[in-house]
Amino acid sequence: MAVIQSNTAVIPGIYKMCVDFSGEVKPGQFFMLRAWDKDPLLSRPISVHDYQSGQLTFLYQVVGKGTEILATLLPGNEVTIQGPYGNGFPQVNTDLCVVGGGIGTAPLYYLIRKFKAENPNKKCRIYLGFRDYPYGVDEFAAVADEVILDVGGIITDKLSVLPEETVITCGPEIMMTAVAKVVPPENTVYVSLEAHMACGIGACLGCTCETKAGNKKVCKDGPVFERGVVFNV
Amino acid sequence: MSECLTTKFNDILFKNPVIPASGTFGFGREYEAFYDLAKLGGLCSKGLTLEPKAGNKGLRLWETPAGLMNSIGLENPGIDAFINNEWPHLKELDTVTIVNVGGKDEESYLTAIEKLNAIDIKLIELNISCPNVKAGGMAYGIKAETAADITKKVVEISRHPIMVKLSPNGEALVDIALACEAAGAQGISLINTLLGMAIDYKKKAAVFDNQYAGLSGPAVKPIALRMTHQVCQAVDIPVMAMGGISNWEDALEFIMAGATCIQVGTINFNNPMAPIDIIAGLEAYCVREKLDNIDQIRGII
Repeated sequence: MAVIQSNTAVIPGIYKMCVDFSGEVKPGQFFMLRAWDKDPLLSRPISVHDYQSGQLTFLYQVVGKGTEILATLLPGNEVTIQGPYGNGFPQVNTDLCVVGGGIGTAPLYYLIRKFKAENPNKKCRIYLGFRDYPYGVDEFAAVADEVILDVGGIITDKLSVLPEETVITCGPEIMMTAVAKVVPPENTVYVSLEAHMACGIGACLGCTCETKAGNKKVCKDGPVFERGVVFNV
Repeated sequence: MSECLTTKFNDILFKNPVIPASGTFGFGREYEAFYDLAKLGGLCSKGLTLEPKAGNKGLRLWETPAGLMNSIGLENPGIDAFINNEWPHLKELDTVTIVNVGGKDEESYLTAIEKLNAIDIKLIELNISCPNVKAGGMAYGIKAETAADITKKVVEISRHPIMVKLSPNGEALVDIALACEAAGAQGISLINTLLGMAIDYKKKAAVFDNQYAGLSGPAVKPIALRMTHQVCQAVDIPVMAMGGISNWEDALEFIMAGATCIQVGTINFNNPMAPIDIIAGLEAYCVREKLDNIDQIRGII
């Protein structure tokens, strides 16, 4: 159980929750959250938006009963969090180009903030694509070297990757597929997948994805994969 | 741990009657991060087939009120990989490993069983009830004649006891259970998932590529409890029951209905500690009720 410090709407339908937590958490990992007994049945996998010692932050979209309940929680309430699960993003030693779409931008903030803290001399650019209302842009602008924003269009139409950059993307699969296809083969591209999952630890096999190396579990083997492993590019 | 939960399933001694169910527990490795598997009465392996199986394509999970639908399709590494990669680890655990075996036809069942003759497992759960594979699986388990036929052939060649896992989707569950008992089964387990359907109205399509899929979780518990009671009343061999067991109270109800052991399935996904919580709850119940052994309330209904 974790005690909620804050839980507020960023824009309608998008919430930011901060909870007490101590331990090691890597960017790109996720937790299974629940604040109810049997209904809905499953816990909800939510990616880590930010982590600083003692405080874990989730940015989540209200899409169904589980996230509706999460959105009603108040400071001082408790939420069950299991994790961190998944391997998270790999260590990158080059400049970074990050492409996020919608709520898929959530795990990218901790990635960039940590990357810049550990690599102050390296560049990090981020492309942010939103269907209608943008959010988190100022926060990204505070940690990234450059923010390229698109609202209502197709973010990958604007994408231009520099030769030395490693690319990391998270968002709708159609967007990640486009990123995987348009980025030159010389650049390394990592994609963070999303999948229906029941357990989060590799036991249920509900989140299995086909890869060139056979079936992989999004929760345990991922959620981050090199593009060539999961996309035909 | 006290002796009040020790349970005999035929001549197999379980330190307690609580066993994570096949398909919810992998080969145990994922849960070792949460607790010592030796605390379990036993564990039941992921459903194994003779050859490796990639499982079903498309969406595999769908949540329903108090239930979970799955269409995993028996994804597993195959019997040989199990024997080579998983069994060396499992045999060192101080708990009973049950191996769940599925098949696509008679030959694949029998060859798989023959391969398992080479290792010292305590009990085989013969899966003739998986609703998520097109060939074999549930096709054997919905009629008494076919269930008895495959059971008889498997029992004849297996050097391990055979517990047949029954489908709730069959024609007459008690008849099937009796037929399996007559064919030599040394135990019955039930229930496998209930065949259901989900439609995504937004996409105007069935959720699962196979259209139908298996429903589990608390939603199925009353049905599983009724079926457990009916089968326990009818057969003389022990029954291992499952279906929506989420806490010690649920487990106790199945034991009161006559189950010798209980399997814990879908709840493992919500609460990895569920089997341990259930063991603790049953133990505390025995102490409160001053039972020397949980046998004393088994089948009282």
